[in-house]
Amino acid sequence: MKMLRILVASLVLWLITAPYPAGASGGGEARVDPTYARECGECHAPYPVRWLSADSWRHVLANLNRHFGQDASLDAEAQQKIDDYLVSHGRRRSTVAPDGGPLLRITESPGFLGAHDEVSPATWKRSDVQSPARCEACHGNAAQGRFSEHDLHLPEGVSP
Amino acid sequence: MPSRLLIIITLAVPTVALGDSPEGLQQGWAREAEQRDSGFAGFSASRGVAFFNARHGGDWRCSSCHTDQPLTSGRHVVTGKVIKPLAPAANPERFTDAGKVEKWFRRNCRDVLSRDCTPEEKGDVLAYLLDLGSGVRQ
Repeated sequence: MKMLRILVASLVLWLITAPYPAGASGGGEARVDPTYARECGECHAPYPVRWLSADSWRHVLANLNRHFGQDASLDAEAQQKIDDYLVSHGRRRSTVAPDGGPLLRITESPGFLGAHDEVSPATWKRSDVQSPARCEACHGNAAQGRFSEHDLHLPEGVSP
Repeated sequence: MPSRLLIIITLAVPTVALGDSPEGLQQGWAREAEQRDSGFAGFSASRGVAFFNARHGGDWRCSSCHTDQPLTSGRHVVTGKVIKPLAPAANPERFTDAGKVEKWFRRNCRDVLSRDCTPEEKGDVLAYLLDLGSGVRQ
């Protein structure tokens, strides 16, 4: 009986202190690096780091002066901090583009595609969504790097 | 703490903070502009508004994202993200962080002009923005 009480107490303690489980979307429910969220969230949502591999992230960070058509270059200190964070938290398996190089568009990654396979092409084209890259259209806390499917704020007419 | 060190720290603090205000930034740019051109005669809001709305040989203008009414919010021309007003009268946080200001001038000037903006151009733009909401005619 005493052993049972110890086991129950241990279980309760574990449940209280266990980290918040990652959402099925695979994105960002672990604590997001604040420098990454601040700097890489200035023009778009700070995308879930685990959806691109370290190689992909290295390539993105090395070419910020030509970041999808814009200069997104960072100061040296922020660059180093973000590089360290992305490379250490990136997807373990490689994310590869059709041409064999590192995949750079997170919306083409296996993680993103798997999490959004039920979203119709028409939904992406809605004027209040516009693009798969606009996470904040449905993910109300995307600016904080939170993308849980349990925390959606869907535009009217979009079903989960 | 040794008194000499205390004096140095006390003198350093305002120096470090000097650039972190619209006036401080303009003073710094004015000094740089004078070094580049001894004939520099000060910043101009009318040059600034023309610069802000011009295309500069590319597809974008400053106003493409910041609107031609910088007292209002704009939108990132690619991502659609809302950009808070650029004019300090509507957004007092603007131009209070020298590092942030220079970072965004570096990025955006290279996008719009394919080169860095000169100190005179930066000062002219800020002169224009400071006039907005202040009752001064453009």
